[in-house]
Amino acid sequence: MEFGPHLILALLEGLVQASVLMLTALGLSLVFGVMRVVNVAHGEFFMLGAVLAHVVAGWFGAHPALGFIAALLLAPPLVALAALAFDRTVLHRLGHDPERTIVATIGLLYVIQQLTLMTFGPEARPVTAPFNHRIAIPWIETTAAGLSFYFPWGLSTTSYKLFVVVAAFAASAGVWLMMARGRVGLVLRATQLDRETAQAFAIPVHQVYGFVFALGAGLAALGAVLVVPIRQAHYLMGGDPLLLSFIVVIIGGLGSLRGTVWAALLIGMSDGIVSVFFSPTLAKILATLLVALVLVYRPGGLFGAKPA
Amino acid sequence: MMLELRDIDAGYGTVQVLRGLSLQLAAGEVLCLLGRNGAGKTTLMKTILGLADRRAGSIRLDGVEIGTMPAYRIPRLGVGYVPQGRRLFGEMTVAENLRIGQLAGDGDEATRNSALAMFPRLEERLGQRADTLSGGEQQMLAMARALCLGPRVLLLDEPTEGLQPSMIALIRDAASALAAGGVAVLLVEQRVEAVLEIADRVAFLENGRLALDTTPDALRADESLVHRYVGV
Ligand SMILES: Nc1ncnc2c1ncn2[C@@H]1O[C@H](COP(=O)(O)OP(=O)(O)OP(=O)(O)O)[C@@H](O)[C@H]1O
Ligand SMILES: [Mg+2]
Repeated sequence: MEFGPHLILALLEGLVQASVLMLTALGLSLVFGVMRVVNVAHGEFFMLGAVLAHVVAGWFGAHPALGFIAALLLAPPLVALAALAFDRTVLHRLGHDPERTIVATIGLLYVIQQLTLMTFGPEARPVTAPFNHRIAIPWIETTAAGLSFYFPWGLSTTSYKLFVVVAAFAASAGVWLMMARGRVGLVLRATQLDRETAQAFAIPVHQVYGFVFALGAGLAALGAVLVVPIRQAHYLMGGDPLLLSFIVVIIGGLGSLRGTVWAALLIGMSDGIVSVFFSPTLAKILATLLVALVLVYRPGGLFGAKPA
Repeated sequence: MMLELRDIDAGYGTVQVLRGLSLQLAAGEVLCLLGRNGAGKTTLMKTILGLADRRAGSIRLDGVEIGTMPAYRIPRLGVGYVPQGRRLFGEMTVAENLRIGQLAGDGDEATRNSALAMFPRLEERLGQRADTLSGGEQQMLAMARALCLGPRVLLLDEPTEGLQPSMIALIRDAASALAAGGVAVLLVEQRVEAVLEIADRVAFLENGRLALDTTPDALRADESLVHRYVGV
């Protein structure tokens, strides 16, 4: 393939990756921003979403489209409920203390992972996409007759991948709207800015924390359900999303949603591009290097709010 | 009694600040609380709001025990708070700060309008970020935010800190207007002379309890009292 079409392909793959990462990282960012909790188990909520998607879709074996829709509707709320239960039983009792909750979520990571291994098994399992048409993408070439379109071999995407991008952007826009307008966002931002004063204004911060933790896990699970028809479900699949989400949250500026969105696009796209042209490992190395540089030179993040 | 504290022990974790403190505040009354730095004035307010650890004693609002309630339920019963240092939600706009006050009460527009009527300058700055306001404007916003919940009890923690005389007068007049309207006002102040005019009672906090509960007239008659308890 020529360079141009190859780049388009890489950009498309990057966009799919970036949009799912955006959802996952938004979840992590919300939890960190509002609760000051570093959720090390975030990737496991992602994995749980994918695994539950496989299970739920399995109930509708003969109707993959129905199965996927059921997974999309059921898996994220189920994961959110599990997260809420963990918040009530563990994080709440630790007073949502930033340090002790890290240890708690590390524990949760292993509990979820091992429980999944014991029940779901070590195999990677697929979920069938509800639709999956191949869409060839035209490219321009200059011939003696002027500009003309043609369809290079291998330059294509699928309708499902486009759906993933649209759905992930729509869900992220929903989170954005929720935070920027309306009562819920106001309450969440007040809790984030000053927990004590928020309570002095009738905001039940511990309920807010439960909601945010559940929402964060639900977003990770939603990202997973969207991507599982492309990637398959596996009990160890939470590692990459966790690492990449952390990278995004640090580069975007801790607790900044706007920064998280931009950083997810940057990291997801470049991860996709570098993976296509070079190797996925190089992509991770570069991203980690970028994190190190950001931490040293711009600790507030590349896109975070200006330091006060 | 609008607000009644009895034999309160309170503090933070293992640190005890208030020791057997009792205090009463009637509707329409302005009680000015004085005390040295670290005496526990702010802690007293936080204890009323359920934000400090209360270990013993009862706090009643209109006869209802609030000492055992979770903090977030107390503002709903009509307790407004203007914290020391203002504690605005700086990254939010003026309007959003007021909205938070409103959400803590019954959300009534009339309450918000009357709060804004007291501080018309805020009306011109509704879309501005709270942390870009001047110090005086920030204090007005902290007051207005608390008023938006329609308080029956108003806790003012050093509302005139760092303000010029005209601003102090504005805040003071607002407090006395609210008291005239039946609000019970608990006012912490460092500058005694700034509040003597509007206080109905003056109390001194020392060693975690009220050392003296008296009237402004008695204080004017014997200035050595102020010196003794506040050290100025
Ligand atoms: N969060 C906290 N944890 C532990 N101790 C605290 C906390 N907040 C205040 N204290 C301590 O409680 C005591 C009383 O503090 P408080 O803020 O109530 O004093 P104050 O009378 O309001 O003083 P100031 O006039 O300086 O505002 C102080 O010794 C202070 O160090
Ligand atoms: Mg104080």
